[in-house]
Amino acid sequence: MSQPATHHNKAAAAFLKNGQRAQWHDETLWFVRAKRDKAAHQIPEWEALRNLGSQIKEHTLSNLDEYLLQFEANAKKNGIKVHWANNAAEHNQIVYEILLHHNAVNVVKSKSMLTEECGLNHYLAERKISVVDTDLGEYIVQLRNEPPSHIVLPAIHLKKEDVSNTFHKHLHTEKNNQDPVYLTRAARQVLRKKFITADAAITGVNFAVAETGGIVVCTNEGNADLGVHANKVHIACMGFEKIIPRAQDLSVFLRLLARSATGQPITTYSSHFHRPKAGQEMHIVLVNNGRTEQLGREAFRNSLKCIRCAACFNTCPVYRRSGGHSYHNSVAGPIGSILAPNLDMRKNADLPFASTLCGSCTNVCPVKINIHEQLWSWRQVLMAEGYGGSAKKASMKLMTGVLSKPAVYRLSTGMARFFMRYLPFLVNNRLNPWYKQRDMPSAPKESFKDWYKKNRNHE
Amino acid sequence: MKVGLFIPCYVDQFYPQVAVATLELLERYGCEVHYPLKQTCCGQPMANSGFASMAGGCDKNFIANFSGYEYIVCPSGSCALHIKEHLHSAEEPNAAATIRERIYELTEFITDVLKLEGVKASFPHKVGLHVSCHGQRMLHLSSMSEKVEKPFSKAEALLSTVDGLELFRTSRADECCGFGGTFCVTEEAVSVSMGNTRIKEHLANGVHYITGGDMSCLMHLEGLLKRQKIDIKVIHLAEILNTQ
Amino acid sequence: MSNSRENILAAINANKPAPVELPEIPLFERKGDLVNVFIGALEFIGATSVKVTSLSEVDEYLESLQQAGTRLVNTIAELNGYNINAYKKANASELEALDTAFIKGRVGVAENGAIWVSESDMVNRLFPFICRKLVLVINAKDIVYNMHEAYRRIQVDEDGYGTFIAGPSKTADIEQSLVVGAHGPLELKVFIVS
Repeated sequence: MSQPATHHNKAAAAFLKNGQRAQWHDETLWFVRAKRDKAAHQIPEWEALRNLGSQIKEHTLSNLDEYLLQFEANAKKNGIKVHWANNAAEHNQIVYEILLHHNAVNVVKSKSMLTEECGLNHYLAERKISVVDTDLGEYIVQLRNEPPSHIVLPAIHLKKEDVSNTFHKHLHTEKNNQDPVYLTRAARQVLRKKFITADAAITGVNFAVAETGGIVVCTNEGNADLGVHANKVHIACMGFEKIIPRAQDLSVFLRLLARSATGQPITTYSSHFHRPKAGQEMHIVLVNNGRTEQLGREAFRNSLKCIRCAACFNTCPVYRRSGGHSYHNSVAGPIGSILAPNLDMRKNADLPFASTLCGSCTNVCPVKINIHEQLWSWRQVLMAEGYGGSAKKASMKLMTGVLSKPAVYRLSTGMARFFMRYLPFLVNNRLNPWYKQRDMPSAPKESFKDWYKKNRNHE
Repeated sequence: MKVGLFIPCYVDQFYPQVAVATLELLERYGCEVHYPLKQTCCGQPMANSGFASMAGGCDKNFIANFSGYEYIVCPSGSCALHIKEHLHSAEEPNAAATIRERIYELTEFITDVLKLEGVKASFPHKVGLHVSCHGQRMLHLSSMSEKVEKPFSKAEALLSTVDGLELFRTSRADECCGFGGTFCVTEEAVSVSMGNTRIKEHLANGVHYITGGDMSCLMHLEGLLKRQKIDIKVIHLAEILNTQ
Repeated sequence: MSNSRENILAAINANKPAPVELPEIPLFERKGDLVNVFIGALEFIGATSVKVTSLSEVDEYLESLQQAGTRLVNTIAELNGYNINAYKKANASELEALDTAFIKGRVGVAENGAIWVSESDMVNRLFPFICRKLVLVINAKDIVYNMHEAYRRIQVDEDGYGTFIAGPSKTADIEQSLVVGAHGPLELKVFIVS
């Protein structure tokens, strides 16, 4: 059994210690959210599109096995080799065997959260296969030996001076040259060589179309295409929930995806791969890794509708102030907090509590996942499964015991005292986190109940 | 019109003036208001902590206190929402369902049931409105910036009829203040940071008061304001609407 | 893995929700001057566009590049200097020095500036990505309002590969500062032929 990770609240507090940096992080992501709002408001049928996106995904989930079979049959007809992996280990092994078969030791990879989820880079590195992440943000964090902190903006926790130092160290760029254009061009030079000299390309998948047996990969940088087209082997890795029924469904998702993610009307490239080019081999790995279990959890299954736009990250006031690493999961933010407990309840029991349940996530979500309700529901499941600790449970029991019995409640000799003792946020104790940076409300001379008895009692 | 007054437990204890204002306001508008004396807590703190399973006693007590009223009115979107979404009873399912239908947040009740288009109140001050998330996004008391919808706000509509009141909007008009129930202590650092962002935006507007429909958000902001000795007061909407 | 396929399918079958209907997708049609909306969208995404009335204007541009010594590939047979044979079989390292590629766009989307480019038109899948400057030529009558119409016009699997291209490659991965020209072209120029 896994151990709990560093609790989100501790990691968040550490993140907030650097006040200026944290404020920059918050404001920058809020700016992305504002761009998203502007983009959405330019589409009068935005809410109708969200409904369509949600319905298409719900329909797909309700016919998932049939669509996967349809996809497999059509992909095979297209000359694509289809593989099925029940878990991360199988996924990694499949990818490794394909690479081994082609004697591939240098691999370029475009963004794939699934391979992050499966720990593919590490697995392949142990087997002497080098994987270069070619998305600029991912390349930066890879050089720093860090995981991405955001699924769309992997290096959003870093400032340009960090990137400048990292590139100076690894790419020998000019010391202290922090110009984003200079740094981007430097990476371009290095990565162009990697694309050309690699032995194989790995990509993620944004959508897989059942009726045509092809996949769609969206990037702004062109890194997925350059990698795939320059190489003889293309391996596309996808969680099986990326499947959609029809090519025309793409029209809905491509209108929603980039607008929700960055406020762009569409990503620069929305590439449709249906058949390998002459002399190329194309593989698709369909991965489960707990998704069938999530599908069976009625309250949580529609988290599988997610199209990984990260709009819920950008809007979440907690994410913006705690950074992606505080979520200790390949997918951070609100969506990560409802996906992670399915993978490992003990390790991720803190994540559904890293939210005020403000509901903004649910309302930006382009496929209408009821994220905040699922956060609430996970809390119930996690406490019922005993991941809250016995002390928490005992204090809750005592509190509910008193609150259920008006007589006992009244007898608690002055409600104020009761509240000060038991209502978690009002514990009148200088060790109480409330008191660290906030004053306590001042106690009035009488409660409303007492006032009412004197002034209005009809009983 | 027989109204049961549901006062959140912490309001009863710490902000009785908000409960008094709510009661007087409803009486002024011709409601026959009762405050059932055996009410305690709606159970939200337990439920949001993951212990909804323990809220049965609270539910039972709530049903015993509030069955039979035509309307139940509460000066808190958050507590009203909890009842609307989570009040259940295996023994008395119908009573629970009836209460879920009859519970109203105060501004919603004034706007949708009493159908008042304005109030006779006077509050000649610069005021910032804090939009509480549960009221806004779950009870739909106002439009939200996430959605492409026609802008509206029940609270702003009422405040706009208050004499002398000058209302200021903040740039992130509907960002959460970071209270979040037990979140405010379990995630103290983030909670405080969120509250401070709200305060900073209100300060930039030069307001003297921050008002809102949920005293819990305001209590959190008040704690920060007082500690930082910032000269902005918090005041519940009911108190403003009840000024004469 | 041998059993994984069956295990996954069985688990899905056991766990999937009750049937939900697949919705029809409306066109969400919008009338108006699509060419101008398209031009505005191109500008927004960092592309330049030129309205022309005949291909000879594109020819002139192409010739001016040739005279300046630009290494270019022209995959459009209707233009002068059609030269795919020089590059058709070239590999990535040989193509790395390519400056400019001229390729036909099939369908343009006014709302977002995206242009569908299919493999048979690009000849080599690398051309639109490895060049420094991409020139797309599209007929004004092939501009539709939105993606719903676009997908009705194209057949996504007609060729083995096709892509919507919307502007030059770009990134904002360093402090959210927009940098045009990431790994793909640094520039996109669109000729709209009416």
